[in-house]
Amino acid sequence: MLTNQEQLLSKIASNDGHGENSAFFDGWKAYDSDPYHPTQNPNGVIQMGLAENQLSMDLVEEWVRNNPQASICTPKGASQFKDIAIYQDYHGLPEFRNAVARFMEKVRGNRVRFDPDRIVMSGGATGAQETLAFCLADPGEALLVPTPYYPGNDRDLTWRTGIELIPVVCDSSNDFKFTRDALETAFNKAQESNTKVKGLLLNNPSNPLGTVLDREALSMAINFINDKNIHLICDEIYSATVFDEPGFISIAEILQESPQTNPELIHIIYSLSKDLGFPGFRVGILYSYNDAVVSCARKMSSFGLVSTQTQLLLASMLSDEEFLEKFLAESAARLCARRSMLCQGLAQMGVGSLKGSAGLYCWMDLRRLLKAATFEAEMELWRVIVNDVRINVSPGASFHCSEPGWFRVCFANMDDETMRVALGRISKLVMQSNKNSESRKPCRRRSKLEISLSFRRLDEIMMSPHSPMTSPLVRART
Amino acid sequence: MLSRKVTSHGQDSSYFLGWQEYEKNPFDPIHNPSGIIQMGLAENQLSFDLLESWIEENQESNWYRKQGGSVFRELALFQDYHGLPEFKKVLAEYMSEIRGNKVKFDVDKLVLTAGSTSANEILMFCLAEPGEAFLIPTPYYPGFDRDLKWRTGVEIIPIHTSSSNNFTITKPSLQEAFQRAQTLKLKVKGLFLTNPSNPLGTALSLQELHLLLSFSLSHSLHIVSDEIYTATASFPTPSFTETLSRLLPDPLHPAWSRLHVVSSLSKDLGLPGFRIGAIYSHNVELVAAATKMSSFGLVSSQSQFLLSRILADKGFIRGYARENRRRLGRRRGVMRAGLREAGLRCLRGEAGLFCWVDMRGAMGPGPASFEAEAELWRRMVMEFGVNVAPGKSCHCSEPGWFRVCFANVAEETLREALRRIKAVVADAGVRR
Repeated sequence: MLTNQEQLLSKIASNDGHGENSAFFDGWKAYDSDPYHPTQNPNGVIQMGLAENQLSMDLVEEWVRNNPQASICTPKGASQFKDIAIYQDYHGLPEFRNAVARFMEKVRGNRVRFDPDRIVMSGGATGAQETLAFCLADPGEALLVPTPYYPGNDRDLTWRTGIELIPVVCDSSNDFKFTRDALETAFNKAQESNTKVKGLLLNNPSNPLGTVLDREALSMAINFINDKNIHLICDEIYSATVFDEPGFISIAEILQESPQTNPELIHIIYSLSKDLGFPGFRVGILYSYNDAVVSCARKMSSFGLVSTQTQLLLASMLSDEEFLEKFLAESAARLCARRSMLCQGLAQMGVGSLKGSAGLYCWMDLRRLLKAATFEAEMELWRVIVNDVRINVSPGASFHCSEPGWFRVCFANMDDETMRVALGRISKLVMQSNKNSESRKPCRRRSKLEISLSFRRLDEIMMSPHSPMTSPLVRART
Repeated sequence: MLSRKVTSHGQDSSYFLGWQEYEKNPFDPIHNPSGIIQMGLAENQLSFDLLESWIEENQESNWYRKQGGSVFRELALFQDYHGLPEFKKVLAEYMSEIRGNKVKFDVDKLVLTAGSTSANEILMFCLAEPGEAFLIPTPYYPGFDRDLKWRTGVEIIPIHTSSSNNFTITKPSLQEAFQRAQTLKLKVKGLFLTNPSNPLGTALSLQELHLLLSFSLSHSLHIVSDEIYTATASFPTPSFTETLSRLLPDPLHPAWSRLHVVSSLSKDLGLPGFRIGAIYSHNVELVAAATKMSSFGLVSSQSQFLLSRILADKGFIRGYARENRRRLGRRRGVMRAGLREAGLRCLRGEAGLFCWVDMRGAMGPGPASFEAEAELWRRMVMEFGVNVAPGKSCHCSEPGWFRVCFANVAEETLREALRRIKAVVADAGVRR
C-alpha cells in the first residue's frame, strides 16, 4: 500500500529533499511537544534552535499603533483598501520597492545605491534562494557553499531545482573562514566528477557562525568567481543584526570598488524576517545586477508574491527615517547585550564560542565535552542536551560542519529570565561533564572550591545591577 | 551562463502583449477617454463597496481579535506552514458555503499557498516527474503554460473541444488526447480541469464529470480541479467532489487519493493582491509534501488574520456571496445584451468574470485562420482601443473566439467598450 502511494506522487514529493528528517528539526519537534514555560512548564525544553529576532518587537508594534494609515483596516488606511486588494502586479508596489531599496542602503551606511527596479519580491528568503537557483542553474549543475551553512539551503536550493550543493570546507583552525585553496579544491572536485559549477553562495553575516566577512574575504570571493566566470550569490539577510565591530560590508560595496568584475554575476538575497523580526509577513527580496535574471526572477515571483497588504505596511514603515534610525540602533544594542550575556555566561563555565559581531545566535564550542571527536559523539551529546538538559540547540553536523563538537545557540527569541534558566542548565551539563572527565582522569584534581567559585562568579554576573542581563529594555516573549 | 528556464517562461503570448499595450495607454473616462479599455483582465471589482463597509464597521481588524487583544506580535512571528488555525477553519467553512454546503472540507487536508498560481505549480511538482504530462481541455487559461510547465518540466497535452458542441469535452476527444500523449511517448499522470471554466464561463456538465471521472479511474489518473471561479456562478453547479461522493462514497477508494481541488480568494472576493490560495486533497502524502513546498510561497500571516476575521463573520459572508453573484449575473446580462446589439453571440455560461465571444464573422473575408484572428485582435487593441484575449492565446483549436472580461470595469466603461466592439463588427461588415 505504501509503495502504491509512493508511486502516486512524484519523486520530489516522496523523497527527503525537504530535509525535515534531519536532527536540525528533531530538536524542534522535542520543543514543540514539551515547550518551556516559566510557570506552567518549568521543566520543558527551552527553544534555542530558532533564529528569530524578538528583542525589538515592541518598537515595531509601537510604530504600527502610531501609524494607522499603514494598515488598511483602520479609518485612515481604509481608503486604500480597494487599490491594494486588487493590485497583483508582480513588479510590486513602487513605493514598496523604493522603501526597501532605501532601507537596504541605510543598513549599508548609505555607502551604496540600490535601484528599486532591480528589486524582485519572493516568498521569503526561502523563495528567493529557490528562484535564484532556478534562474542560474539547470538540474545536475552545482553551487559551491562554504561550511558550516544553514540547513535550509539544502531544501531551498536543491529540492525542486535538481541542482547540487558542493561544500567548501572550512574549519576552526582559522575561525571557519573560507580560503582560496578551499574554494579551488571544491571547484576542482566538481570538475573531476563532471559537475558544472554555476556559482558560489555566501551568507554574510554568516548563519551559523555569527561572523561577518571582511574586505579581504569578499574581494577574494569576487576575484574567484570572476576568474571562473561563475555567479556569486550573497545572502545578506542578517545585515542589520550586526551589533559590533567588525561592521558589515556588503558585496554591493565590493562590487562598486571592483570595476573589473562582471556585475552580471552578482546577486543579493534579502529578507525582512531577521533584521526586523517579522518572518510571518513573508517578505523576501532578490536583487540582481543581471537584467535577464531580474526579468526571469520577476516572472517567477508570481509563485510567491508579497501580499500587497504587507507591501503597504512596509512601504510606510521603511520610509520612516526617524523610526529606522532609532530601531536599528536600539536593535543592535539589545542584540549586543543579549549575546554578551550568553557568551560571557558560557565563558565563565569554560565554554568557548566563536567571536562574532552579528546574527541571532552564537557558535558554541563544546568539543571538550565530547566523548570522542566524532559526529556520533556529537549526536550523543546533542541528545543529552535536548532530552536531559532540556534545551534545543542545533548540532554542527546539521550545518555540514567538518568538525564535530560545535553547536549553534540562538539567543534573541526569548527573555532575560529564560536565558538565565538556560545558562543555569548548561552550567549543570558542564559541571557534570567535568565530573565525568574527572572520574576518567584520576591524576588531575580540581578542587570543589574552584568549581563553586566559578559558579558564584556566574551568579554574580547574572545578578549584578550593571549586568546587561538585568536591563529592563531586553524583554521578549518566550 | 544562465539556466534554460530564463528563456522558456511562456510569457510571450498575445495574452501578455495586450496587457503591455494597455499599460502604455490605459483608458480613463476623464483623463484619457481614447485610451485602451482593459477587457482582458479577469478580476472581480464589482463588490468592493461591501468589503469596504465591513472594514469601516470592523476597524482595527488588521491587528485585533474580535473579542479584543492585539495579535501583532503573534502574527509577526507566525511562519508555520500549516497555516493560522483560525483562518483555515473559516476558509474551509467558506469553501463549503459557496458550494451550497453540499461538501464539507477538513482543515487537515487543506494546504495554504500564495495564490492558486502557486497551488497549481505545487501540484505539478508533487504529482508528476519532469517530462510527464497532464491532459487539459482547450481553451484554457494562458497562464497555465507558465504555472504548470515552466519550472516543473511537466508537459500539457490539450484535449481539443469545438464550437460545434459548445466546447464540451467528449469521449473521443479525451481518447484522442491520451493517444497523442502515447505517440509522443509521454506518460499521462492526470487531467487538469478548471471548473467553472476560464475562458468559457461554463461549468462542467454532469455528463462531462462522469466521463472524466470514469476515464481517470480506468487509467488511474489524478484529477486536479481548479475551482477558483466557484463563487462567481449564478447558481451552484455539481463539482468533482460532489459527483465522486455519489459514485464512490467509500472514502478509502483509491480514486479519492487522486482528486485534488484548488481554491483561491482572488476571484470570489476580489482580493488577488493578498495572495491567498489553497490545495485541498484527501491524499495524506500529498498534503504533507505540498505543505512543505508551500514554504516557497506562504500566505502572509497579516492577510491570513484579516481574512479570518472577514470569513468568520458568517452573516456578512452569506450576504456578500449572494449580492456578489447577483451583481455578476446582472453584469453578465449587460454584456450579453450589448454583444447581441453588436451582432455577436457568446457561449451560454453562468459563471466566470468573462464571456466567450464568437467573432468569427468579424474576421474579414477569406477562410477563418489564426492569422485573421491575430489581425482582428491587433485592430481591436490598437485601432478600437479594447484589449481582449484572443482564442489562440487560450489554445483554442478554432480561430475567431475571444474572451472578454466584464467585471473589472465600471458599468459605463463596459458600455463604452461594447460600443467600440460594435464599431469593430460594423467595420468588419464594411470591409466585407
